[in-house]
Amino acid sequence: MLLIPCPYCGERAENEFSYGGEAHKPRPEVPEEISDATWADYVFLQKNTKGTYYERWIHSHGCRRWFNLVRDTLTHEIHGAYRMGEAPPKVDEKTYV
Amino acid sequence: MKARYSIFSLARNALSSHENWPQAWRSPEPKKEYDVVIVGGGGHGLVTAYYLAKEHGITNVAVIEKGWLGGGNTGRNTTIVRSNYMWDESAALYEHSLKLWENMTKELNFNVMFSQRGVLNLAHTLNEVRITKRRIHANRLNGIDSEWVEPEQVKEWVPIIDLRGNGRYPVLGGSLQRRGGTARHDAVAWGYARAADALGVDIIQQCAVEGFDIEDGRVTGVRTSKGAIKAKKVGVVVAGHAGVLANMAGFKLPINSRPLQALVSEPVKPCVHCVVMAGAVHAYISQSDKGELVIGAGTDAYNSYAQWGSNPVTEDTLAAICELYPLFRRMRMMRQWGGVVDTCPDASPIISTTPVKGLYFNCGWGTGGFKATPGSGHIFADTVANDRPHPIAEPFSLERFKTGFLIDEHAAAGVAH
Ligand SMILES: Cc1cc2nc3c(=O)[nH]c(=O)nc-3n(C[C@H](O)[C@H](O)[C@H](O)COP(=O)(O)OP(=O)(O)OC[C@H]3O[C@@H](n4cnc5c(N)ncnc54)[C@H](O)[C@@H]3O)c2cc1C
Ligand SMILES: [Zn+2]
Repeated sequence: MLLIPCPYCGERAENEFSYGGEAHKPRPEVPEEISDATWADYVFLQKNTKGTYYERWIHSHGCRRWFNLVRDTLTHEIHGAYRMGEAPPKVDEKTYV
Repeated sequence: MKARYSIFSLARNALSSHENWPQAWRSPEPKKEYDVVIVGGGGHGLVTAYYLAKEHGITNVAVIEKGWLGGGNTGRNTTIVRSNYMWDESAALYEHSLKLWENMTKELNFNVMFSQRGVLNLAHTLNEVRITKRRIHANRLNGIDSEWVEPEQVKEWVPIIDLRGNGRYPVLGGSLQRRGGTARHDAVAWGYARAADALGVDIIQQCAVEGFDIEDGRVTGVRTSKGAIKAKKVGVVVAGHAGVLANMAGFKLPINSRPLQALVSEPVKPCVHCVVMAGAVHAYISQSDKGELVIGAGTDAYNSYAQWGSNPVTEDTLAAICELYPLFRRMRMMRQWGGVVDTCPDASPIISTTPVKGLYFNCGWGTGGFKATPGSGHIFADTVANDRPHPIAEPFSLERFKTGFLIDEHAAAGVAH
């Protein structure tokens, strides 16, 4: 069970939240001008990192606000949460084989 | 030639207290160079190596496994085998596989305990009834055995079930595939390892692939924890770690890695005679030959490479099991574990060439690839050997995420296995 630090409400159990996947993935600006490959990249392709991952969460059963989280996807260590539009905290990024 | 397992070899070895059985496969040091390197010693990787040697005459092959054979999802799954998927593309793939299951024990001279005890998929809501019936019709058009069963028939198959589902999720019927069932997962890995080894394949365990050598867009080898190994072609079959390997090769996949968990109970007398799957409430159950209930749950809600499942998921699954089978309320669970599954947006696998020449990926099986083990390896070997997708593999290429030709099997797969 993850204890997730919502930037608005503080630490809450993981089942109060829903997952939004990879963060910092901006939607293409002019959709009608980009190639199918660029669309595929935006819609489907994932970094899916084993290690430090920047990801979106929403506090569905709480304040219902979106925010970002930095988490290690192997150890589940949470490095910090930050509001949308804020810069992520500096962390020692790790990846594993 | 390997000594065959038979009643006679069993008797002969009994005379020497079973101390002189030959090893089932060698554990060689890696050679400098192979024609084909298969990364990942799960079922799919081992079958691929077996068919490369058996059907394509490519015997200078290594299977490179980070941990131990079958220690990934192959040895962690709930072993449900069936082929009743919805679309023609999937029907061809899973039915090809089911046919190979039916002859596997004989072909490998290794008892994989394939038991065609029947698989029931319950429908708990009106929508589920409709999509289930539609799928049954699609299955039958594809020549796959599949039938609708009414609640009373469900009760005949599973006398201990409470059809009221505690009122909230009553059993409204279901689909039945009589040819479906379960198998012994380790035996599948071991049987194919032994058969591949007999054909000359080197199986190298405790050796992680840490990178690829790529020259002018073509793969020339792998870098491993035991040093560099040259290879003309590389097939990657690493399930939940597909994204990690794709990153090493410089591209991304449409895959999220999630833990999927399962549990087994203390052993009891026979009480569940077929496999019963309930997609709406995420609870799957069968009974092992030892008498343990084998229970499968849903995936965790977020990406993770931790090989355990999160507690809320365990709780939800066991709650559903207790409501469907009130008898099990006092049953104790003995073990719980997880495997990292490679979930794909359309719940269908990827069997494909990649942006790197000579590098092939077979992944995206997510929560349901055990059933596909023999067929997947068979068509992947053909794809690698001939450097083009096998006709059954063609629709499952990476290209489909650009063309939009997705093969949406969420209703047939769900988190169902
Ligand atoms: C709990 C659970 C229940 C399931 N239930 C079912 C079911 O009932 N029916 C069904 O059909 N499917 C089921 N599945 C899915 C099924 O287990 C998988 O789809 C299938 O076994 C995948 O086989 P594989 O050979 O591709 O992968 P794996 O068996 O996972 O093999 C991949 C191997 O690659 C190795 N590897 C990873 N990285 C590297 C590296 N860098 N270098 C070298 N080796 C590496 C791993 O150690 C692993 O052994 C279930 C899965 C889980 C976790
Ligand atoms: Zn909140």
